[in-house]
Amino acid sequence: MIRLLWAFPFITVAILAVIGIDAMLFKRNLIKILMGLGLLEAAVNLFLVATGYRQSGIAPIFTNAPDAPQMVLPTVQALTLTSIVIGVATLAMMLSFTMIIYKKYGTVDSQQIRKLKG
Amino acid sequence: MKMTKIVRSTANTFAPFCLIFGLYVVVHGHLSPGGGFQGGAVMATGAALLLVAHSYQDIISLIRQNTMKLCETIGLLMFITAGLSALTTGGAFLRNWMAHNGGAFATPVAFGANPGVLASAGLIPILNIAVGIEVLGGLTVILLYMLSGVKEQEL
Amino acid sequence: MRHLPALLVATPLFAAFFMPLIGRAGQTARSLWVLLASVATSTVGLLLAWKVFTTGTVLYVFGAAAAGQALPMDSGGIPIRIIFEVDALSALMVVIASLSSLAVTLYSLVADSKSSGQDGFYSMLFLLVAGIFGMVSTGDLFNFFVFLEITSLSGAALVAFRIDKGVAVEAGLKYALLSTVGALSILIAIGILFGQYNALNIATLAARLQFTMLDKVALALLIVPLAMKCGAVPMHFWTPDAYSTAPSSITALLVVSSQASLYGLFRILFSLYGDVLQFSWLTFGWFLIILGVLSMFVGVTMAILQKDVKRLMAYHAVSQTGYMLLGVGVGLAVLGNREALDAYGRTAMAGGLFHILNHAMYKGLLFLTAGAIFYRTGTRNLNKLGGLGHTMPWTMVFFMIGALAIAGIPPFNGFASKLLIYESVFRFNPFLSIIAMIVSILTLASFVKVFHSMFMGAPKAEYAEAREVPKSMLIGMGFLAVIVVVTGLMPRPFIDHMITPAVNALVDRSDYIVAILGGK
Repeated sequence: MIRLLWAFPFITVAILAVIGIDAMLFKRNLIKILMGLGLLEAAVNLFLVATGYRQSGIAPIFTNAPDAPQMVLPTVQALTLTSIVIGVATLAMMLSFTMIIYKKYGTVDSQQIRKLKG
Repeated sequence: MKMTKIVRSTANTFAPFCLIFGLYVVVHGHLSPGGGFQGGAVMATGAALLLVAHSYQDIISLIRQNTMKLCETIGLLMFITAGLSALTTGGAFLRNWMAHNGGAFATPVAFGANPGVLASAGLIPILNIAVGIEVLGGLTVILLYMLSGVKEQEL
Repeated sequence: MRHLPALLVATPLFAAFFMPLIGRAGQTARSLWVLLASVATSTVGLLLAWKVFTTGTVLYVFGAAAAGQALPMDSGGIPIRIIFEVDALSALMVVIASLSSLAVTLYSLVADSKSSGQDGFYSMLFLLVAGIFGMVSTGDLFNFFVFLEITSLSGAALVAFRIDKGVAVEAGLKYALLSTVGALSILIAIGILFGQYNALNIATLAARLQFTMLDKVALALLIVPLAMKCGAVPMHFWTPDAYSTAPSSITALLVVSSQASLYGLFRILFSLYGDVLQFSWLTFGWFLIILGVLSMFVGVTMAILQKDVKRLMAYHAVSQTGYMLLGVGVGLAVLGNREALDAYGRTAMAGGLFHILNHAMYKGLLFLTAGAIFYRTGTRNLNKLGGLGHTMPWTMVFFMIGALAIAGIPPFNGFASKLLIYESVFRFNPFLSIIAMIVSILTLASFVKVFHSMFMGAPKAEYAEAREVPKSMLIGMGFLAVIVVVTGLMPRPFIDHMITPAVNALVDRSDYIVAILGGK
């Protein structure tokens, strides 16, 4: 049973991703859809950081580093940082779009702003 | 909707500390967790604190849109110039030509655990500072634009 | 000259970053800066492509002491930096992107000159161009993801540029949402591959790949978002909305960014997973073929019903992407069969890749003519337009060239690539070739309808003052039209010097790995 604890971060990733996708598919309010996207991004970032974990590893920093056999992988942390920055920019842009849509149509209900069909 | 006096004075006291802590995180990016984007985001949080505590009209004279846009552009230009400057010394784009070379930020540091040396790592602190200024400008501009959109709504 | 790959990305980035400062100096200064930067970017792209086609694969290692030094001496034979590997297929895409971006910038200097917020528009345009160049030149999987996100975000911001009507913002939001979900899926696949093999470089991963269960999951997570980004059929729903509501010059460039995602799909299937898929080439080939046939058919049948001229052209873009998938899919299916590959597999892939070049040119031309008509008349509705042939003769000629090219009529370039596809696919499976020809006929029918309703007939009263469009827009359209005619009349030099090296770069997969990791 203790051996299965290594899977705990990945189970959390799966749960967060499912909640995020569920919010994106089944909610009608645009803001809630964007919240679902934020949850999905958080799940992917958690997956990337959890991939780099090494057992009893310390943070990959040399300044005043304690004695330890190994460090966790720093490359995946760079990937995660880039992904977080891209996520910030994307969410800011999509929230601005939502504000403009609210100003033009007076509603953020996704069923009522669908003017492009066919 | 005006915030109470307690909120406003707390925000006024706390915002400079946010700015200083953000600058600390930016400049020490090569020694401790942090770096350009993280420190810039902390500094923008200080600006966001001020924006939330005061009304848009009061704060727009202190945090001007043009100043923040200028910050953003200067940060970006500093980054791309630092990258292109590596081409003039014969290496590839974004080569770290300042490390181990004499000049600013050039102290060589041995591999392994050490108490951190600030003036090391060459081009990296300069890139961190460029990105920190750029992120402060960029995030504050986003906040200001969003707030100005809300302002017209008469909530 | 050694730094050309870095300048390929650094020049448009520098132009984009400098734009707000120069924009304060006035409109003329900004137009001059845009023109200068666009000519510089296209020149760098064409010079780099020339260098690759004459001397072979070009490597550029970012942050190294010498630009070509892929394996640092103390790393034990592992490439540890971000490496741009420009081989013949990348050089073909660089040529397409350079020519398109030059034409688009010449066009939009006038077409969008009356809108506000032009600093943002041109900054985003150069970021989009930088993103496309980066996506097709990079040899590092995570760098591909970053440039893919740059392209998607700036593309979405540009699609939503006309915020005075709400439909453009709705289309931009849909495009951004779908692109972000797709890119997150690609990021999970990159995480899975890194966690197993501790490498992000495509060549190193290709050398280390064993086909475990996780690798199959990663392959699925990589193929589906890239197929969505190029507009293949079950996932094409963002294409009509985004292409029709964007400013027309941006639509021409969005077509090129979809082709860059198609490049990514081919790179993953052939160079990254090429060797491990040895027993499933037929399966994946048929997967691409089925995607292609569905796209061709659904695209053209939905296009016939449209009333909005740009929405119609967007469905035709989906349909033509099907041709490219069909051609390269046939090549992938026979990759294991030596005689079939030499008999018709390479020709099929050459047809598919040549069609990418041709499609970018004539589809860009068609979108620019639709934009010219919108610029003068203010509407895109086919029921309301009519009789414009009398007052806009040049636009009519350019539209005719584009329409005949897309239908595959002989002197124009669509015929050359479609003939290659028909011939080789017929020998693989005659039924597919017949479907392709039927789709071609339906394309011709649809464009005859559009031509008739837009340009023929008596001049209508409300468009009496619609003169010809300004010179700068005509020069942009004329540039693309000249390329369409030249590649149609003389396809053989283009095929021999550009397309055949690109096909060889895909089929001979080991060249990609050897260029970085050294002879093996």
